[in-house]
Amino acid sequence: MTGRTYGTRLPGLPPGELSGKLVVIEGADGSGRSTEVELLKEWLEIEGHAVVDTGLRRSTLVSEEIDRAKQGHTLGATTMALLYAADFGDQLENKIVPALSAGSTVLADRYIYTLMARAIVRGASRDYARQMYGFAFVPDLVIFFDARPEILLHRSIGKYGSLDYWESGMDLCLSRDLFESFFLYQDRLAREFEWMAREYDFHTVDANRRPEEVHEVVRELVATLYAGKPPSRARRRITPRGPSASA
Amino acid sequence: MRENPSPKHGYPGRLFVFEGLDGSGKSTQAALLGKWLGASGYRVFRTEWNSSELVSSTIRRGKKKGLLTPTTFSLMHATDFADRFERTILPPLRAGYIVVCDRYSYTAFVRDAARGCDPDWVRMIYSFAPTPDVAFYFRVPVRVTLQRKIASRLKINYYEAGMDLGLSEDLHDSYERFQGRIKKEYDRIAVTDKMRVIDSTRAVEPIQAELRSAVRPILQGFPKGESLLHDG
Repeated sequence: MTGRTYGTRLPGLPPGELSGKLVVIEGADGSGRSTEVELLKEWLEIEGHAVVDTGLRRSTLVSEEIDRAKQGHTLGATTMALLYAADFGDQLENKIVPALSAGSTVLADRYIYTLMARAIVRGASRDYARQMYGFAFVPDLVIFFDARPEILLHRSIGKYGSLDYWESGMDLCLSRDLFESFFLYQDRLAREFEWMAREYDFHTVDANRRPEEVHEVVRELVATLYAGKPPSRARRRITPRGPSASA
Repeated sequence: MRENPSPKHGYPGRLFVFEGLDGSGKSTQAALLGKWLGASGYRVFRTEWNSSELVSSTIRRGKKKGLLTPTTFSLMHATDFADRFERTILPPLRAGYIVVCDRYSYTAFVRDAARGCDPDWVRMIYSFAPTPDVAFYFRVPVRVTLQRKIASRLKINYYEAGMDLGLSEDLHDSYERFQGRIKKEYDRIAVTDKMRVIDSTRAVEPIQAELRSAVRPILQGFPKGESLLHDG
């Protein structure tokens, strides 16, 4: 990858290219990201690529503080946004950069975009969010999993047995009703992902389909990275295919 | 209480900031000024920015594992400051208090710049913190602060000495170099940010007298505490 960032450059990093590749999968909770990361990792490894997968809130630096803050619900919006940024910075510098320098493919299960969307719906300006994460590398590929709220709802309930407090944005006090809050919150997040899709060159994938079908589309996109040519513009918008096409 | 908002930040309170190197005497002066303001009948809220539990536990862990980088170090401090700002600075400022801040965003501007972070990025991160009514910069040579530290048997902290930057193997040497960078940055932003420079090599009393005359004009017509508690 080019080693280009969205804004400011990280101090202490050697200039120039990094030999690995950074592939990001973005999307709401329940959009099928994590399942796809697993499938993609398996496939890439079989193809002979070294793969490191990474997600949000898995860093050792501040994850405890984040958990504590979530339990106490005491931190303000700016504070929380910065805590997440610190956590992301830690992962970027201590996990993603070393892996990219070593020539691995990094599969990121969410990246700055989710963090930005969450910060913005909680009151940060788009500009503030964009610049705050200016130190992040521009990925080689960002795939956005687009799924309808109704589908997210059913997958969420299937996964947790109920709706998650945070994924329903209950801290925003949009509604005291969890079910209603979930839709209002997902709608706001979707609005942010919409402008980011244009601004940050997302490849949007219809994630309302079965994991195998989604995987096929994703594989095609990722394969182009290794063929030495970027995915063509024509492929940017993936139109949903019927089940028969993949059968 | 809302008829006299500050022209700088628009809140009814007043924001006085004390900046300078560790050992520059700013905390002593902030405490004395706060005391005088309180005795004069103003509602004063004094707050200092030292590492809170939130940030110190992270920094301890980060140091042990060698995880902290200039960027994460900067963001952790920003998180800490935002927490203090949202909880302890903004509410009294909105309520019409005089808020006396021992360290403010300027501390981050100079420290993070000395660690190599992009200064524009750091300023943007702290853009939620409004410009204070006055920011005093207690200017003093690094050697003096080191002597004061040694005299009062205070331990030099690893990060305060910039040991993470590998400037020198020796703690005192590293401290002088790193604090020297910070001082240079303070000297620079004192001009660009229109800070009020206080020659802090002097005795306590003349400095305090200078501070009191500096804040008097800012407090012209500013309501005293009693009038906030009762009508009429």
